Amino acid sequence: MIWFFLLVVIALSALAFIGGRGLAVRRADAQTRAGGSKAHSRPAQHGLYALIWVGAPSLLVLILAGVFSGGIAHQALVAGASPEVEQLEPFRREAFFSDAYLVGAGQPSQQIWPAPLAEQLTVQGRRAAEIRTTLSIGTGIAALIAAVLGGLFVFIRIRPDLRARNRVEDWIGVVLFACSAVAVLTTIGIVFSLLWDSLRFFQSVPVAEFLFGTKWSPQIAIRADQVGSSGAFGAVPLFAGTFLIMIIAMCVAAPVGLFSAIYLSEYASRGSRAVVKPVLEILAGVPTVVYGFFAALTVGPALRVFFNSIGDFLIGGPLNDIGLYLSLVQNQMALVAGAVMGIMLIPFVSSLSDDIINSVPQTLRDGSYAMGATKSETVKKVLLPAALPGIAGALLLAMSRAIGETMIVTMAAGLAAKLTLNPLDTVTTVTVQIVTLLTGDQEFNSPKTLAAFGLGLTLFLVTLVLNIVAQRIVQTYREQYD
Amino acid sequence: MTDATLSKGADSQGVGVDPARVSKLQAGIKKRYAKEARFKLYGVLAVSVAVGFLLLLLGRIIEQGHTAFYAHEITLPVYMDPARIDRTYPQGTNFELLVAEQELVRLGVQDDEQGTKARAMRSLFSSELKFRAAALVRNNPNIIGQTVTIAAPASDEADLFYKGEISRDTPSDQRRISDQQIVWLDQMKASGAVRTHFNGALFTNGDSTEPELAGVLGAVVGSALMLLVTALIAIPIGIGAAVYLEEFSPRNRISDLIEVNINNLAAVPSIVYGLLGVALFINWMHLPRSSPLVGGLVLALMALPTIIIATRSSLKAVPPSIREAALAMGASRTQTVFQHVLPLAMPGVMTGTIISMAHALGETAPLLLIGMVSFVPGIPHSAVEPTGALPSLVYIWENASERAFHERTAAAILVLLAFMIVMNAGAILLRRRFERRW
Repeated sequence: MIWFFLLVVIALSALAFIGGRGLAVRRADAQTRAGGSKAHSRPAQHGLYALIWVGAPSLLVLILAGVFSGGIAHQALVAGASPEVEQLEPFRREAFFSDAYLVGAGQPSQQIWPAPLAEQLTVQGRRAAEIRTTLSIGTGIAALIAAVLGGLFVFIRIRPDLRARNRVEDWIGVVLFACSAVAVLTTIGIVFSLLWDSLRFFQSVPVAEFLFGTKWSPQIAIRADQVGSSGAFGAVPLFAGTFLIMIIAMCVAAPVGLFSAIYLSEYASRGSRAVVKPVLEILAGVPTVVYGFFAALTVGPALRVFFNSIGDFLIGGPLNDIGLYLSLVQNQMALVAGAVMGIMLIPFVSSLSDDIINSVPQTLRDGSYAMGATKSETVKKVLLPAALPGIAGALLLAMSRAIGETMIVTMAAGLAAKLTLNPLDTVTTVTVQIVTLLTGDQEFNSPKTLAAFGLGLTLFLVTLVLNIVAQRIVQTYREQYD
Repeated sequence: MTDATLSKGADSQGVGVDPARVSKLQAGIKKRYAKEARFKLYGVLAVSVAVGFLLLLLGRIIEQGHTAFYAHEITLPVYMDPARIDRTYPQGTNFELLVAEQELVRLGVQDDEQGTKARAMRSLFSSELKFRAAALVRNNPNIIGQTVTIAAPASDEADLFYKGEISRDTPSDQRRISDQQIVWLDQMKASGAVRTHFNGALFTNGDSTEPELAGVLGAVVGSALMLLVTALIAIPIGIGAAVYLEEFSPRNRISDLIEVNINNLAAVPSIVYGLLGVALFINWMHLPRSSPLVGGLVLALMALPTIIIATRSSLKAVPPSIREAALAMGASRTQTVFQHVLPLAMPGVMTGTIISMAHALGETAPLLLIGMVSFVPGIPHSAVEPTGALPSLVYIWENASERAFHERTAAAILVLLAFMIVMNAGAILLRRRFERRW
């Protein structure tokens, strides 16, 4: 429905452009024939002015309706629900209403409801559809009224002495500013959505327990009387797992990425650079889910076989205990996720370091060569110290990527929340837990679901701090040579 | 600093050369050169690790995925037994069992009381057999009582066996297919009933719980719809924001704040955008879960900072003389930007945009949170219907227990990578074609 109105608005705006342009031409001609001065703006600018005044108000109505109508419809539906529905537990009620929407849209419901509720479902489904239709028709009428009012306003004003161009340009400035405000609004949206649900989470789980508790098992029961109904929400094992995998990833990405950058910027010939750069770009463009698949199905089994065979070799010898441990290593381990993530980060580290090394002025290199230093000595004693802050910033950015990376760890690290520093153990990370908490059957308002937002907030804050520090370092450093 | 200059310097001063000192220096030089060579070797090693890994990754995925592009079809004559087929409701007939029993008779196998062998035989055919047979009967009820030949895909296990993925050397308790079934499969193959063909179903079907019928089309359409929403929102807003920040904004604290903010947004983990999508679009605005609309909105917010940054840098690359020339001719600021600067910066803008769209196409984590992991068999027709997307399909299939899904996962990855490569190649071509040095 809203698409139809959008089309109507676009058509009306186009008409307004043509009409405004025509009107401007006619009125300007009349004025010149009467001996008056030429029009201030060109006809097309009058047309644009008309287009803006017809299009903008109605578009604003449509956008506001798009943002708010879902919530308003939901309020109306909930307010008019029958007592049977009212009595349901909160999350069951949510599920009921989401099924009502499905039924209203003519799709089968997701759950099977007992008899009185099943009848209610059809009733509420019809109501949901009605409310939606009413709202969208109302929106459409409001948009039309806005367009007509805007049109009236503008067509009276189109006169040769109207400064249409300036007006249009003012509008363009406003629109462009609104565009850049979207970025700020996104940040505000992120912070508020995370804060809001996190606060509700911290009402049931104290902040101190979340930050310093060492036991994580969110398997909270659906009913209050069920066994094991209280979950444990100590996030320390998740932070430990995240940290462990991040360290492993950096152990791979930092040296390989850095040496690639040094090689590419100082040693490589034009030809090899032309080959290696695109390869690194492809490596950077591979979706993370592909790395996850590769980690889970190729690297994981390969490393398991490797460690198991070492284990089998050691069993019975002096290192029997280690052998026994190694022979039982499983596919999912921190090492697999960390190593593959490290590979994923190589192009990231190398392209950032490459930029930074390249930005060290040539005079420093020439000075070093003039003193008789070899290339490697120049790199080690001149370039790296000069570029060090920038490289440190790049590594910090890579760390924040590693902490926020989701798919590889979800597919290759495991789910067991363990407090361990052993890279051969399965560990779990913050991002993995967010995914597990928010996929599958879920009920909003339970601590289990809200915990995901608590974790998300922590993740956001940690990566934010790392990013800000890293960007500060990179920027301060860059200004030194410019 | 070579030994030649060293000895020359010593000679010119007329001082006798201390052989011990020279050999010490020469040893030092040798050491330094060795160090140099080692350092260079580390660089080569690092680069080869990266290149080697890419080759390994692609090689493994092609190796695992190429078999999914062909499939086996079994063609069998079926006697449409009037006693077993309900003329009015052909769908109700268990055609698979009917075919299996007839095939057993043809192979001369005696079934036991419980019909275990017929069931074992039946599991070699895809359930597609049933639908094809039912459709035949529905379209032409006169074939009841006659013998017709019906072709149907082999079941996933049988297909894997014919491809050699299930080896007959594996002990029978460790494979999903029994010794007896292997004998039957060999007999069917020998009789010429089995045909290898290009696996068109992979590209024309939606998702399915049965691997031999599962295809990527639903996910491709879902991804395309999502990318369309992303592009419609992120590209105009991104370019607008970049133009404002680069050309119009006054240098003050607000624009500094926006700039820092955009840089930070570009580095926010993608999963956080997923949380934003859940809280804002699904819980608050009540937009439909798992729909391309919500997915596209989330990806648009995510792609926005990258597009802004790329656009700004290509706007920056347009020399000020262009702006000054336009302004000098009496153009307004807006006219300068929209008629001169932006068109010149457009190739760079497009390159950055395509690359960020390619990233958005491959992004998975936020899609998992907004419910794109649910099983959706059909092919979506609009942006508000529940669908899958290519990367989330990869994730779903990777988690599936049937082994035949592994090769399909790799095949889906190949499809995804093909899209990425096309997009990136387009970006590179654009850059090459329109690259301009001022």
